[in-house]
Amino acid sequence: MQADLNVILPEILISVYSLAALLLVAYTGKDRMAGVLVWLTAALLTAMALWIGATGQGTRTAFGGMFNDDGFARFAKVTILLSASAVLVLGQEYMARRKILRFEYPLLISLSAVGMMVMVSAGDLMALYMGLELQSLALYVVASLRRDSAKSTEAGLKYFVLGALSSGLLLYGASLTYGYAGTTLFSGIIEAAEGQAPVGLLLGLVFVLAGLAFKVSAVPFHMWTPDVYEGAPTPITAFFATAPKVAAMGLFARVVHDAFGGVVGDWQQVLAVLSLLSMFLGAVAAIGQTDIKRLMAYSSIAHMGYALMGLAAGTALGVEAMLVYMAIYVTMNVGTFAFILSMERDGKPVTDIASLNMYSRAHPGRALAMLLLLFSLAGVPPLLGFFGKLYVLRAAYEGGLAWLAVAGVVASVIGAFYYLRIVYYMYFGEEREPLETGKSPVQWGFLMASAALMLLGIINMFGVDSVAQAAAATLVN
Amino acid sequence: MDNLLSIVTFIPTFAAAILAVFLRGEDAAAQRNAKWVALIATSVTFLVSLFILFDFDPQNTGFQFVEEHEWLLGLKYKMGVDGISILFVMLTTFMMPITIAASWNVTVRVKEYMIAFLILETLMLGVFMALDLVLFYLFFEAGLIPMFLIIGIWGGKERIYASFKFFLYTFLGSVLMLVAMVAMFTDAGTTDIPTLMRHQFGSEDFSVLGIHVVGGMQTLMFLAFFASFAVKMPMWPVHTWLPDAHVQAPTAGSVVLAAILLKMGGYGFLRFSLPMFPVGAEVLTPLVLWMSAIAIVYTSLVALAQEDMKKLIAYSSVAHMGYVTMGIFAANQQGIDGAIFQMLSHGFISGALFLCVGVIYDRMHTREIDAYGGLVNRMPAYALIFMLFTMANVGLPGTSGFIGEFLTLIGVFQVNTWVALVATTGVILSAAYALWLYRRVVLGDLIKESLKSISDMTTRERAIFAPLVVMTLLLGVYPSLVTDITGPAVEALISNYDTALAEANTATQVADATQ
Repeated sequence: MQADLNVILPEILISVYSLAALLLVAYTGKDRMAGVLVWLTAALLTAMALWIGATGQGTRTAFGGMFNDDGFARFAKVTILLSASAVLVLGQEYMARRKILRFEYPLLISLSAVGMMVMVSAGDLMALYMGLELQSLALYVVASLRRDSAKSTEAGLKYFVLGALSSGLLLYGASLTYGYAGTTLFSGIIEAAEGQAPVGLLLGLVFVLAGLAFKVSAVPFHMWTPDVYEGAPTPITAFFATAPKVAAMGLFARVVHDAFGGVVGDWQQVLAVLSLLSMFLGAVAAIGQTDIKRLMAYSSIAHMGYALMGLAAGTALGVEAMLVYMAIYVTMNVGTFAFILSMERDGKPVTDIASLNMYSRAHPGRALAMLLLLFSLAGVPPLLGFFGKLYVLRAAYEGGLAWLAVAGVVASVIGAFYYLRIVYYMYFGEEREPLETGKSPVQWGFLMASAALMLLGIINMFGVDSVAQAAAATLVN
Repeated sequence: MDNLLSIVTFIPTFAAAILAVFLRGEDAAAQRNAKWVALIATSVTFLVSLFILFDFDPQNTGFQFVEEHEWLLGLKYKMGVDGISILFVMLTTFMMPITIAASWNVTVRVKEYMIAFLILETLMLGVFMALDLVLFYLFFEAGLIPMFLIIGIWGGKERIYASFKFFLYTFLGSVLMLVAMVAMFTDAGTTDIPTLMRHQFGSEDFSVLGIHVVGGMQTLMFLAFFASFAVKMPMWPVHTWLPDAHVQAPTAGSVVLAAILLKMGGYGFLRFSLPMFPVGAEVLTPLVLWMSAIAIVYTSLVALAQEDMKKLIAYSSVAHMGYVTMGIFAANQQGIDGAIFQMLSHGFISGALFLCVGVIYDRMHTREIDAYGGLVNRMPAYALIFMLFTMANVGLPGTSGFIGEFLTLIGVFQVNTWVALVATTGVILSAAYALWLYRRVVLGDLIKESLKSISDMTTRERAIFAPLVVMTLLLGVYPSLVTDITGPAVEALISNYDTALAEANTATQVADATQ
């Protein structure tokens, strides 16, 4: 028991902190404490990330295999925690100024972070479901944080209804899997799902994958994404676009390799199709968008398609590629949302792309940073986004999915168009009243840091690639 | 100097960084400083690059000045030059100071303009020096970003359409090459270009989706690379982005595009397509040769019908690039020597022609041919220089244009007489459109009211043309300057190509015999 608790110590610490803070604030300061809580939570999450990253070694399991602590889980956890704390800090000023900084916000984020940590460590269908629901419930609430706004409540409601549906699908799949495998433990399922697996088990696999695809917003389970991205307050959108995506992709990798590693051929085709559809729909549907948050929603759908392409390879290289891709994706998105958060006019947030007209005149430094991020999102060398694409292409090709690689690069050309369109507004547009940028040095810092990482990362990727390689090796063997 | 190549490549970036960090303000002084920094940086790059040329040993057919460092993903940062690439490096460093000097009249966002050109120079040099597949791709593709901005920010009226078309067209071509590169990486286990040149890629026939592919993997990889280089060249029928980009780009942008960027396609054929996929190249040679011949005739005819000077020269560029692809795929000494020569000479001539258009565009702000006529009366010096380059464009003996065209025609004549026959008509057509252009713009009476006060070239403009005039005439009368350097490397390339083909053929025969 003691050993088991040791393994999940970080999760326990964050949970205890959240509950204690919730009690404390409910009895004392309420929203006045929110600013402090944001910083405190961010500090705690960062500290946990550093702790997990620095001290964790080897592979440990807890609760009879229901919970794994291995290199893969640690890589995902560090990414999740760092991006969560970055987004918390990033949105603090924005929310405070618009009076929507409620004390529940940082605490819900930290609870959802616990859910995500459980997700990527799950070794059992029950643990998987618990992590997933803890994460999702917290997210449903934060999506409608702006209670008096119809759009925000609509976003929360849509997210909740569709999320519940997908959870239902996942549960149905889990029950089928349990029925045919006789166990909910991944280590048991993988023994049952070997060679010619029973049809019921495969049906279970497909339903579980459908539920997970909803969480990563892969096509055709993506419908909620644009509406929720648009309706939720921008800092929350930034959060949706980062940590939960990493967690869901991590869980995806866990399930397909730990539980269904024996039937690679069966899930490979599902993932390949999901990836193909996501890349193309993300690229095509974003072309007509005028709202930058909706555009980023489609952009994230397309990016999930690429990450899934890596996973679809079904090899250790594929998982490595997926992890590297997600790490780069999260870094780019934090920077991009730092930029979006800073877009305002007369103190009101603006999300219309056309309002960026000649932004580069008024704010050359920010425009340049955003330019780098956009080209990186489009996957144009020499920026880091290109190496993410290169990784997944290589994984897909070596995994025998050459056709998917070709489709992926074609989609990336279509996708390049809408990123270029933003560049076009910023640099070639007509003179108009310039946009203001807000006054938050934090946003400026994140934007610049993220752009700098995109440029400097090509030297050695800061060693992330070798860590990801080690992490992938622990999952696929 | 172990890292001479890196130094040459990154001097412009360094200057760009200095401009970006230290230069503030938009006033006249700041603009002047930006121009001088850029001019000095590009000139220093040229001077330093002369060391490469002087220390280069043409008899050594391997790569020289090689630098190698570990990089991520098992890739390498590896640079080097051989007889094929060194002259492109020199062409780039030679043209850039001229380009910058030709931009002296830019007044809008001068700092950004100069930074874009400096970064572009680094990327172009990197393309010609990279000895790692992914490093090459990185430089090759990254060049799109500054060029996209140059056309989009400083271009003409239709610049937005042109910049998007330029970017997406070339991007689409290149991503297929990326997939092929991934396939090569997987197959050979390395991205090192010299190693890949010795690697035999599979050439057994197979079927994809029911289509029988002769030459197997090699043909597919060849096609993927071809998609990229043919767009970049550009070859008919994927040339349509070029006239738009040229017309809308600012003068300096057109010069860089015509003089250097187009050469990346030809360089790519020589560096990758021929040595790495000999079987694929052989299978598709007839197609490429006929595409080149059609390009020469068709775009020459199209050039005849143009109303816009830049568009006319752009189509003429496509026609001249047709000689290059034709020469390369003739795959013999004359053909390839001629192709390289033609690329260098076209770099000087087309660059100069776009500068000629720039000279009168700066004065009249129109490129319509009809808006001009009789310029010789008021601009004698201009008329002389324009005539020289018109003649060089036509391929008059004594100018560098002649050597390139003649050598490629000899090369292709040995391989395919019909293609040579069709292509030679292009020589006549080029005389037709170029001389007619000259007649309409420069000769005749000066009757247009607006032209009555036009002034002749300034000293700065004459100084810009001087080096180009010298190079065009010098290479025209003394072509061994180029062929002495390229000759041995081309000879090695061809003998490797022939050996590889022979080996592949024996392998197929053996396979057939055992069946």
